[in-house]
Formats: sequence, C-alpha cells, structure tokens
Amino acid sequence: MGIKVNTKPVDWVEGETVTQLLSRMTYTFPLVVVKIDGEVIPKSEYPNTYIPDDSEVEVIHLISGG
Amino acid sequence: MVRERLARSSVGIAGLGGLGSNAAMALARAGIGRLVLVDFDVVEQKNLDRQAFGLGQVGSKKTTAMAENIAAVDPDIKVELHDLRLEGGRMEVPFTDVDVVVEALDSAETKAVFIEEILLKLPKKPIVAASGVAGYGKSEGIRLRRTGNLYLVHDDDAPSSDDAVLLAPRVGLFAHMQANTVLEILLEGSDGD
Repeated sequence: MGIKVNTKPVDWVEGETVTQLLSRMTYTFPLVVVKIDGEVIPKSEYPNTYIPDDSEVEVIHLISGG
Repeated sequence: MVRERLARSSVGIAGLGGLGSNAAMALARAGIGRLVLVDFDVVEQKNLDRQAFGLGQVGSKKTTAMAENIAAVDPDIKVELHDLRLEGGRMEVPFTDVDVVVEALDSAETKAVFIEEILLKLPKKPIVAASGVAGYGKSEGIRLRRTGNLYLVHDDDAPSSDDAVLLAPRVGLFAHMQANTVLEILLEGSDGD
C-alpha cells in the first residue's frame, strides 16, 4: 500500500486528507497546486479530500518573484 | 507556415512585471497576432532593473506603456488591455478566448490561486507559469515541467523574492523560456519551416 508524491514513493495513510498530507510532507500551504491522479483539487477541498491508496499526487510548489 | 500560424494566434498575459513585460515583447517580436495584457499597476523607476519599460514611461499604466512598446516593434499586432487587478473567483475572465495563458504574477500565493483557477475553469487552456525567478546565476537549475495543460518553468532550489533580488538576466531567462514554450504549444504539429 503506497502512493506517489511527485513521483516519489510515500506510505499511504488511511483517512489522510490533502491538508494532512501537505503537512506530513512539509509543503507550505497555500503556495501549492495539488493534483491527484491528474485532477486538480481546489484549495477549499483540501480538508475534505482523502488521498486514495495507489494514487499519484502532484504537489506543484510556487516560489515568489515575477 | 510558422509565421502564418503565429499571426493567427492569441496569447493572454497575467501580469506585466519582469516576467510578463519581457514575455510580451518576445511574443510580439515573434509575431503573435493578438496579445491580451492584464495588469493594474503603474511603471515605477525601480522596475526598470528588469522590466521592459523606459524612463519616459515612469508613472504610466503598465498596460498602456506595454501597448506603446509593442506598437513600436509591430503596429499590426492587436493588443487588448485590461487595466485591473485579478481577483480570486473571476481570474479567468480576461482569458476565455486566448489560445494560451502566461502566468506572470509576483507572489507565490497569487500564482497558486491563478493557476488553480485557470486549470479548473478553463480546463482545455494551456497555461505557462514560472516559479523561482529571484537571484542570479544558476541557469542550469531552470527546468520545464509539464503536467496536463500546465507548463511550469521552475527552479525549486531558488530563493523567494522576499529574500533575494530580482534582476533582468535571470527574470529574462524565465520570461523567454515561457515565451518559447508558448510557441511550442501554438506550433504543435507544425513542420517548423
């Protein structure tokens, strides 16, 4: 049982939400865009969206400057 | 063939700072037929270290100043100006009818909100974003990542602009990589002559 986060294998945790995964991976909310199996997850849904087993999560991290 | 296709294309640019002003000029020189430019700000003298404006434009709206600079290169390019601040919840509005969107905003938080809104509300629209432009040197760390319709020119090891200077060479590299990626998207399937 496992997921991939930015192609890196990571343990799957039952009942873990996007918010909890971001915190476990020490990504800085809200400076990210998150996709699960290719689908964009709106920020408002992070606390209610559970990470499915075997899923591929992409966390696109943005850094300031323009 | 390439030039005809570019002349029939349209590109929207969100933000006319270091990224957006330089990407706009590159796209104008490449002969994109129509550019939709969005910014709420005014040109300041301190912007001239990296943004494609001149001293005589200090105090002008960035949108109108950019339109002047584009017209000075190619007066046939159609330029549509939106002098407004992109507000969460309706950020996609100026970009509904362009072929490709360029994210050229400043703060990471605004970038994240903008990219998410475009991907969710205009799911077929390619968006070319940039992240990690601050600092100088380390050109070898700049990469293009593609995920679905999102193309991100990024350097994940770069500092935030809160902690490091923004300067023309590195910002220009990112802006031109964005513009180059836009051409690749627009010309997909072309034989390149």
